[in-house]
Parts: sequence; C-alpha cells; structure tokens
Amino acid sequence: MQSLSNRSKLVSNKKLSFMEKLYIPAILGGMLITFKHLFRKNNTLKYPEETKKFAPVYRGMHVLKRDEEGRENCTACGLCAVACPAEAITMTANEREKGEEGLYREEKYAETYEINMLRCIFCGLCEEACPKEAIFLTDRIVPTNFERGEFIYGKDRLVEKVDARIDISARQFTGKRKI
Amino acid sequence: MVKVTIDDVVIEVEPGTTILNAARQAGGDIVPPAMCYYSKLEGSGGKCRTCLVEVAAGSEKDPRPMPKLVASCSTPVMDGMIVKNKTSERVHENRGAVTEFLLINHPLDCPVCDQAGECKLQDLAFDHGAAKTRYEEPRRKHEPVDIGNTIKLNQDRCILCYRCVYVGNQLCDSRVHGVMHRGEHAEISTYIENSVDNEFSGNMIDVCPVGALTDKTFRFKSRVWFLKPMNASCECTKCAGKAVVWMFGNQIYRVTVRKDEYDEVQMIDGKPAWICNECRYDKKDVSKWTIEEPLKLKRTSVISQGHYDKPNPLNDSTKNLK
Repeated sequence: MQSLSNRSKLVSNKKLSFMEKLYIPAILGGMLITFKHLFRKNNTLKYPEETKKFAPVYRGMHVLKRDEEGRENCTACGLCAVACPAEAITMTANEREKGEEGLYREEKYAETYEINMLRCIFCGLCEEACPKEAIFLTDRIVPTNFERGEFIYGKDRLVEKVDARIDISARQFTGKRKI
Repeated sequence: MVKVTIDDVVIEVEPGTTILNAARQAGGDIVPPAMCYYSKLEGSGGKCRTCLVEVAAGSEKDPRPMPKLVASCSTPVMDGMIVKNKTSERVHENRGAVTEFLLINHPLDCPVCDQAGECKLQDLAFDHGAAKTRYEEPRRKHEPVDIGNTIKLNQDRCILCYRCVYVGNQLCDSRVHGVMHRGEHAEISTYIENSVDNEFSGNMIDVCPVGALTDKTFRFKSRVWFLKPMNASCECTKCAGKAVVWMFGNQIYRVTVRKDEYDEVQMIDGKPAWICNECRYDKKDVSKWTIEEPLKLKRTSVISQGHYDKPNPLNDSTKNLK
C-alpha cells in the first residue's frame, strides 16, 4: 500500500562492495571528522566558573517592583492571578493606613503575595496583565531546594529591597503604561 | 398600543412607555446603556445622557426627525416613531463624548476599586471611551469617607447619578444623605455627619453604577472574579430573603441583591427584591442560607472566568443545597 505521508523509505538489500567490506576507509573517515573537531571553537562553557549570557527575552524569577520613592507598586488587583494559567499566584489585599503612604503607592496593597514556583511555568502573562508595572520576570534563576514549601515565595523574597534594586531595564519596558 | 421601530425592530408597547423601556421589552443589543436610570426607582433617569438615541421620525402624524439626540430613558414613544440607536453614527459619537465627560474626574483606579468587573462605567468606557484623556487639569480629589458603619464613599468615583439618593428617599424611612453644592462642586454627602443606618440603606451599594459606594464588610477582601456567586435564600422577617451570596470556598464574602440583565434588582413576586441590612452585612455564615444554584453569568463576563456549571459535590458548601 502506498504511504499516506510519503515519508517512508524502502529498505534495500544491496550487497556491499569489496572496499566497503574492508571497513577501514569508513573508520578512517570517521576519525578524520573527530580530529577536525579538535581545532574547532569550543561550544561548551566551564559552568559555574563561566556563565552564559541570557537572551534579552529570558523569563526567570519574578520581582515585585517599587517606584522611585520606594513605595510598592502592587495594589493587589488580582489581574496577574486571573491571567496566570498555572494558578501559581495568590494574594490577599489590605487597606493602607494613615502614615503608611511611604510604603505603599495606592490605598490598597498586597498584604500577602505568594507565587508557587513549582506551579509557575514562567510564561510572563502576569507581567503582561499587570496594570501597575509591579511584577516583572527577571534573569535570575529560581534556586533549587530540598523542601517543597520553600518554593512558595512570599513578599519577603519577591519584593525588591529599597537599597538593592533589581535592574530590569535591559529586558523590560517600564514607563510604557501611565500609572 | 403604539408601534415603534427601534433599529429595524418593530414592537408594540403601551402608550407612555419610554423609548428605553420599549427597547428593553424588545431586548437584545438594541437596548441603550443607562448609567442613571433605574426602573425600580421612581424619578431616576435623565442625568447621565448615556442613553441618548436618535429619533429619525417623531411620529406617524409628524414624521419630522427630532433635531437633537434625546435621552431615551425619559422620552415617551409615539405611534410610528422611528428610533436609531446602534445603527446611528451620531449616537455612537455622542455616547463617546458623554463617556469622556463622565471620565473627566473619574480616577483611573480600577485595580483598587471593588466595583471593577461589575462596573457599568468600565463597560461603557470599554465600548466607547478613548484610550487617552484630553483633560489636562488635575482631577478632583477627595479622601474616602465612611457614611455609616457599613458603607464607604469614594467621592472621586461618583458620577452623580442620584440613584442612591432615590434609594434613601424611597426605601428608607428618612433620607440622611443627598447631593450638596452645585456644578463641579456637587458631591454626595451625609446630612451633618449623620450616618446612614436605615434598614434598607445597604441597597444603595447595589444601585451605584460605579464604585463610589462600596460595602465596608467586603472592602478589599477579594476581587469579584475570584468569587462564586450563588443564588441563595434565607428566612428574614424584613425582606424577601432572596439574595446572591458571593462565596470563596465555604466562606461568604458578601451578599448582594439579585440582579437582572440590566443590572437592576430582580422582581420577585411582583416586587423588587431589595434586601435588608441584616441579610447583607451580618449573615456571612453559610448555615444561615439555603444555597439554590450558581448564578448564571454571561460567557463574556469576567466573573465567569472561574466558570462552573454546578457546585462541586465534594465541597462542603453544597451541604445546604436542595
């Protein structure tokens, strides 16, 4: 029967010639290829001494950004959690008290914000959904761990520190949205 | 009966019916949007101008078109009237302009606002609004204030539709809040710090088309699209006890009235099913409610993102299910 995909090949039972039966030319040809590779550029890296540069579109561990005055951008609107196809994001909101204006940008803020890094598929839909430019994916790698619970990242590990900002400008566009 | 044509749909209605109500009787997408008109509140309508329609022929006897667009919520139909709503370019343009006006002072705080997801102004802006504002002056700014123990007023978001004032007038025994000042300075205010503590005052949260009046017991607790709305009923001496409970797992986060397709309170046994404050604020316990069925949502509604056909049988919240 004729193949539908037209990709099948007929097997031939051709007899080998004398030269082919010797095998030595084929072995020499293979060794020649191996020998050539000694003089080529090395493709591997000596990790961890050397690390590879990430592509500009790389999506790694999340960061919750603060604005120029150090206030948290996130207002717990829940759009990232709706957009998340892996259901990795949960949060609870709270109201900003008087005197906390320096901590949170809007009158509502995320009291808890958790990302389950085992669920997360790093698709980047959360940063796309975010109307406040609060969540971004960075080029940092989520470290390994022995405990499952340790992969649920709370605000302590997601929010950037005021004195140690995470630079995302190389990969992300900020200021695109008028907040 | 008078015959009226709305966007090529011909219907017969009682004389004296407004164009908006005639369109609602016909149903479908020819119904103009309404921000201030509320059929269950007497005297509402005619303020927001979002329901403007074009009258291409005034009546059978006088088929001249009306020179200006008319507010369909307060214009009665005439025999042989021809109305254009979605087929009229002028209406679309003007509705966009009205939306722009409504949004002049409206803050862009939908991520914060509890009404987001079920807000009529959000829908209107999505359909007709421009992506950018042309308004350069700073928006007016008010601090959110408590009116009563259970209602929070965000004056910034108010579009002055007066619906809550009519609720105070018509549902409660005495109205203690109203609109003060004039023009740009107009604002909802309570009468000298008086709290709104009437038995049915909570219904003004449900009639508010925007997030100006919000439930303090639900404030910032969750977002509407994370909750599962269920039709539920309870024994109540003050009201019909038919409401929608918004659940998250086994917990009731908030209680609202049952709404119809025009975002108005449903008629049950010929009466609008307003609910009392006790049902709204105090009955947050599942055991106090008989849960009937999940609320039927439009597929396009953001609330339907956690869509489900029937309650999860493994979930304890269904133990009261009939």
